[in-house]
Amino acid sequence: MKSLAELEAIRQRTLDKVNLRREKEGTRIVVGMATCGIAAGARPVLLACMEEVAKRNLLNVTVAQTGCIGMCRLEPIVEVTVPGQEKVTYVRVKPEMVPKIIAEHVVNGHPVTEYTIGAQDK
Amino acid sequence: MPEIALHILDLAENCVKAGAGHVIITVSLEGDQLCVTIEDDGCGMDEALLARVESPFATTRTTRKVGLGIPMFKQLAEMCEGTFSIRSEKGRGTLLAATFRRSHVDLPPIGDLAGTMRTLIIACPDRPEFCLRYRQDGGEFVFDTQEIRKAVGGLSLNEPEILEWIGEYLTQGLAEAAGSHRQEQ
Repeated sequence: MKSLAELEAIRQRTLDKVNLRREKEGTRIVVGMATCGIAAGARPVLLACMEEVAKRNLLNVTVAQTGCIGMCRLEPIVEVTVPGQEKVTYVRVKPEMVPKIIAEHVVNGHPVTEYTIGAQDK
Repeated sequence: MPEIALHILDLAENCVKAGAGHVIITVSLEGDQLCVTIEDDGCGMDEALLARVESPFATTRTTRKVGLGIPMFKQLAEMCEGTFSIRSEKGRGTLLAATFRRSHVDLPPIGDLAGTMRTLIIACPDRPEFCLRYRQDGGEFVFDTQEIRKAVGGLSLNEPEILEWIGEYLTQGLAEAAGSHRQEQ
């Protein structure tokens, strides 16, 4: 059984990273987590975002949530804001799409146009 | 919603929006009954809001005119031959409780409770404190973010390595609580 004592070692390792992270403004990944988002599958999407950020050890990326932004039929919705660039809204996001969004947009700075709200109704 | 755990996530989000400092979730499976309670010390509701909160056309948000979280949970409880109740006091908090007949054919699985708790922590890493009490046929597991916060000395709980540990801790604890009665037999 896991014990809380293990957290002490994790705390030591994490402290250094926290200091690194404070140095610059980071990218924000925001997932809609109102009833509409949750019912459409936002929970695995949020967890996939967090896992991908952890896997790539991205220090300056924050994963957060928001409520309903009023486009329930397009949920799950993920908004990515890279500092200095316009916010990009991804719609009907599935966990499988998350690695591509993180690799191409968050890491390399090129939004995945085919998943965005702009590509939706074409 | 295909899981009880997703309903819990959705309803716990209401506690967060109510500005709660503590959210206590209990899931208890005993005999032929599932009982779920969600309690918070948030802003609570006045009598006028409480009176209409079970209606799908009541919401405090402005982006849309419907609020389905509570009505869907109530509908599910009643569909599964259970009960639903909500108590709230302005300024004190809200307690929501539902029961379900465990063997009812319409009862969805409990689902990924560990995923629900991790999601709540990612979404609200600093406040409120979440406590999950899970009981199943005599087995029990209690998860409390206050304990974890103390153990990591005030670091934010959404640090990747801490979250990973929390995920494993939850999965293991829930599995043990679910399996404990079988080992005794």
